[in-house]
Amino acid sequence: MATGSSSGYTPLLLRIDAGGWVLLLVLIAAGIGVPYANQMLPQESPWHVPTWLVALLGKYLCFALLALSVDLVWGFCGILSLGHGAFFALGGYAMGMHLMRQIGDRGVYGNPDLPDFMVFLNWDSLPWYWYGFDQFWFAMLMVMLVPGMLAFVFGWFAFRSRVTGVYLSIITQAMTYALLLAFFRNDMGFGGNNGLTDFKDILGFSLQADATRCALFAASAVALGVGYLLCRFIVTSKAGRVLVAVRDAESRTRFLGYRVEHYKLFVFTVSAVLAGIAGALYVPQVGIINPGEFSPANSIEIVVWVAVGGRGTLYGAALGGVLVNYGKTYFTAAMPELWLFLLGGLFIAVTLLLPRGIVGTLQLWGGVLRRRFSSGDRKRGSHGAVAPAPAGGGE
Amino acid sequence: MTTSTRDKLSTSILYVNAVTVSFDGFKALNDLSFTIDPGEMRAVIGPNGAGKTTMMDVVTGKTRPTSGDILFNGRVDLTRLDEASIARLGIGRKFQRPTVFENHTVLDNLELALAGSRTVKHSLFARLSGEARDRLDELLTIIALTDRRHQRAGALSHGEKQWLEIGMLLAQDPDLLFLDEPAAGMTDAETEQTAELLKGIAGRHSIVVVEHDMAFVRSLGVRVTVLHEGAVLAEGSMDAVQQNPRVIDVYLGR
Repeated sequence: MATGSSSGYTPLLLRIDAGGWVLLLVLIAAGIGVPYANQMLPQESPWHVPTWLVALLGKYLCFALLALSVDLVWGFCGILSLGHGAFFALGGYAMGMHLMRQIGDRGVYGNPDLPDFMVFLNWDSLPWYWYGFDQFWFAMLMVMLVPGMLAFVFGWFAFRSRVTGVYLSIITQAMTYALLLAFFRNDMGFGGNNGLTDFKDILGFSLQADATRCALFAASAVALGVGYLLCRFIVTSKAGRVLVAVRDAESRTRFLGYRVEHYKLFVFTVSAVLAGIAGALYVPQVGIINPGEFSPANSIEIVVWVAVGGRGTLYGAALGGVLVNYGKTYFTAAMPELWLFLLGGLFIAVTLLLPRGIVGTLQLWGGVLRRRFSSGDRKRGSHGAVAPAPAGGGE
Repeated sequence: MTTSTRDKLSTSILYVNAVTVSFDGFKALNDLSFTIDPGEMRAVIGPNGAGKTTMMDVVTGKTRPTSGDILFNGRVDLTRLDEASIARLGIGRKFQRPTVFENHTVLDNLELALAGSRTVKHSLFARLSGEARDRLDELLTIIALTDRRHQRAGALSHGEKQWLEIGMLLAQDPDLLFLDEPAAGMTDAETEQTAELLKGIAGRHSIVVVEHDMAFVRSLGVRVTVLHEGAVLAEGSMDAVQQNPRVIDVYLGR
């Protein structure tokens, strides 16, 4: 322990902080418990989880993974992406295309190759970019590859020309808006305004079946857990410390000889892939993907989740994703006309009152209490929270 | 002339020849030429707007010169490289305002600066070798921050941040160091300590110190280059340049 923090190589499991363990344990418990309570417990049992709730919780987990992906770039590298909804939607579309192909001749028009909307548009053959999506493995590859490639190409140009801060945020908004407009067009071949829906089954299992819903929920829990571990691996490595260095003093990092744009490109692409996976798990659980997912407001909402949960903490982002969406479910049912005001108010309140988010604030209080009660000057553990994000905006 | 130029070129670590930088017609550097010898410490002074910062910008790759040559070690053309490549070649730079990674510990700051591979792939799986650990301990001793190694750099005093940044430059193990006002905002005691620190590391590295503080420059006891309007006005010992009528003219007003 000669040099304490940052030294040596620590196995991944030892690099997980307390909050991370809580997240992983909750995910394991929920991943097993929720399907069990749905499948095994009788309906009259107070512990029975109805299927609609399984799907709803599964949706929250997808949002949590999406929030995690934004926290990775925003919390640790200062890249305030206001376009992550686009990566989520692209992953969702890739999954949706597979599910459309799985419908086969069971569609309204009974065409074995063409999805209904293409028959409706009088198309006589499948566009080339739909080829391969009948294969599950191919679709899964595209779920990661399409958002990843877009992020890579977009990031390549943006980071190489050193677009940072609010300018980068604006062009990410423009990116998702451009995709929104493109996907609205019927000619694009993605179902236009209506998007892709009426899915029947996945890997041969009916999407309406309770067991399939449970499996999708469990898959979402696994994806979130693995995604968390991947992010944690990155941020606790030396590369993670370089990312924080870029966030806090970009030119210093550059003059130390680091290719800042490579680090940004790496983390942005990883993050986009995670967002794509979240979208792919989201689509079969909600049963539809349409261009609305590209709406710029969606991407901004994700940033609010992260800010509420606690930027730069990973598990806080996941928590924010679940909490804010729970609030959204509740309030859009109870007082639908008020929700947007509440969301806006929430963002302002968090920015003003809890600039570190829920988790960051709890950590702060915890630290104060610990210092008050322990006079011993113990050193911080080797792989504690890497570095709290500075309060406030992206820069 | 040609032979002496050729000589200078092959023996000096930094060779700046006829460099001009113009921003919209304004010449921040105007036909600037100077050389730095290996192991030399040089002080650069000059009134505001003389081109001191621009001079560092062109050498470290932040700004591209409009014309002129900058050669490192007699062969590498710095005008074609970006900041990261130049840093990897062995040229370090300290900013005027101390710039350290405030959310990292002192030790992490030094570790990030430590010479070695800078690629993403390497740093994802990097572990600290015993050798690197020893080097970090050595650096901590040099900059007198051993006791503060686990503290957040943001919690350091202004002077300590300056030292940490100098330590980070040393960790890069550069051949040539540019220090922009290393004594700015320091107490007298800290300034004195900084001068000692620099004298201690000179010889192994070539150092260019840009400074406003004349007492500090004098205490370094090295050759001084005076810049004015983007060009060298005078060069020599501190006493010599202070008696130079052109320098007096520039400093005491026209």
